[in-house]
Amino acid sequence: MAKYIFNRLFHSVLVMFTISFIVFFIMFKAGDPVELMLPIDATQQEVIEMKHALGLDQSFIIQYGKFLENVAQGNLGNSFRYGQPALDIVIERFPATLELSVLAMIFSIILGIPLGIISSLKPNSILSRVIMFFSLIGISVPVFWTGMILVLIFSVVFGVLPSSGRGEVFLFTSALTWDGIKHLIMPVITLSAFQLALILRLTRTGMMEVLLQDYIKLATAKGVPRRIIVYYHALKNTLIPLITVIGIQFGQLVAFTIITETIFAWPGTGKLIIDSIQNLDRPIVVAYLLCISVIFVAINFIVDVLYTFIDPRVRV
Amino acid sequence: MALLEINNLKTYFFTRNGVVKSVDGIDFSIEKGEILGIVGESGAGKSITGFSILNLIDDPGKIVAGEIIFNGINLLTLSEEKLEKIRGNEISMVFQDPQTSLNPVISIGDQLIETILYHNKKVAKKDARKTCLDILKLVGMPAAEKRMGSYPHQLSGGMKQRVVIAMALLNNPKLLIADEPTTALDVTIQAQILYLMKKLSKDMNSSLILITHDIAVVSQLCDKIAVMYAGRIVEYGRKKDIIFNPMHPYTKGLVACLPKLNDENDRLYQIPGIMPSLLNLPEGCYFKNRCDYADEECNTYPEKKQIDKRILFCHKVKEN
Repeated sequence: MAKYIFNRLFHSVLVMFTISFIVFFIMFKAGDPVELMLPIDATQQEVIEMKHALGLDQSFIIQYGKFLENVAQGNLGNSFRYGQPALDIVIERFPATLELSVLAMIFSIILGIPLGIISSLKPNSILSRVIMFFSLIGISVPVFWTGMILVLIFSVVFGVLPSSGRGEVFLFTSALTWDGIKHLIMPVITLSAFQLALILRLTRTGMMEVLLQDYIKLATAKGVPRRIIVYYHALKNTLIPLITVIGIQFGQLVAFTIITETIFAWPGTGKLIIDSIQNLDRPIVVAYLLCISVIFVAINFIVDVLYTFIDPRVRV
Repeated sequence: MALLEINNLKTYFFTRNGVVKSVDGIDFSIEKGEILGIVGESGAGKSITGFSILNLIDDPGKIVAGEIIFNGINLLTLSEEKLEKIRGNEISMVFQDPQTSLNPVISIGDQLIETILYHNKKVAKKDARKTCLDILKLVGMPAAEKRMGSYPHQLSGGMKQRVVIAMALLNNPKLLIADEPTTALDVTIQAQILYLMKKLSKDMNSSLILITHDIAVVSQLCDKIAVMYAGRIVEYGRKKDIIFNPMHPYTKGLVACLPKLNDENDRLYQIPGIMPSLLNLPEGCYFKNRCDYADEECNTYPEKKQIDKRILFCHKVKEN
């Protein structure tokens, strides 16, 4: 087990090293941030001074070498624009993004799995057809459209929900205040529409397949109550592929809340990263992507561990 | 009174291509402690008969007519809840393929224990565990204690089938239905498993329905034999009558298929042709196209005949 964890850590470090190099290179080639930062009438002298101050007058290799040297000391550099440590700026924004993604994921799971099961038990019933109809909408409609339509209906027409911001924040989250909850509703629904539909459909397909297996028939022949067969014998088998997908999707959620955050002016990392890319604020972009890769690596690890609990066949 | 009596059972499958009459009006009965063999080719309706007894027919199948009287109660009139109490408790079943019969993500122990606990809520888990261990030992499971914590993928096919048989015996069922219990096993294990089942059913005085395509198996184990062909029983009676004096041409063919060790001829007998598709059955006797004796008379389905203790459907066998 210790060897396994060590291997995983070593791989993760390699992954992050590669990511940092690619991002650093792309941002280096993308353009000159100094020109965007100084006023149009700045003199040549001022440009040179600023470039020198930010270390941008060096060659790529030297800049990257310096970056690695700093990283080794736990420093991801200062933001060009804000002058503060890039990592701090990213981490400061992370609770808002995580809150949104975690809630969206929980919402998708607690609704998606039961609805998927219901629609798998009687696939031809009217209820199942209604569920499948809405899941088709959820899986096909783009996020920006869902978000805007929700804003149109609930903020513009009825005026019951606020259209932007996080509202009142308590202990890093807005889920603990009434005002915050009202701000959360629409972004969470927007963000989870696709995930919910995906989880629902996967659950349904998985259950329909598992319920036809011999071991389900044998469980019935043993006199196990139907309820237990569905929610224990069958669901446990369906969870195996589902967990993998949920893990990957959660990573996606954290990384791609960008659109939702932009629509609802949610002060999370999604908005930060869009702004930073536009400003060519390399340290922030690099810091952000490294954080995201850490999250991905962590989720994959958790999924692998969960897997060993659910599927005895992969236990080491 | 017979333990189980089946009257005019019809199980049809309503498919897109038409109605498949997998079981089409069969009658048989089984006494306490008796072993009944149901023989026939693949698709003759043997397994569907077994599943029908426990009402385990999946869509698009449906039991459309008949009575399944077990201990004086018609199982077809019972609610699903009442059936759950009978399944695995008074009537249990062993499936054909041990590789797929056990849930891959639940431990052997849990799968065994639950069979007791869902039927007898008063039993403590510890006692249920002990019963399971005893039965595992009874079916010849090596290192039973250790196997309780194992998962199906860690067991060989033979061991899995022993688990499934143990599972079926846990609640001392009055009737055990074994659907080709040895087909998926090595020949060396087959005999072991079969004799084990025979011994256990005799020891526990429970009845056994053995569904198989292997007439050699039934000829050794069973007290009574029902021969099925295309969804119907064609001959039904005591083993000694059916095996040593088969009357129906199909049964004759089946018995002739048995290899004899002292036979000089190295070619095995085979019944010509194949069983007709259940979607496209011939007029009259279903066997007529493969039958050496068929003539004009066979264009109507034969009436039921009783000769001694044997039931028979054939025009060519005359009552005397």
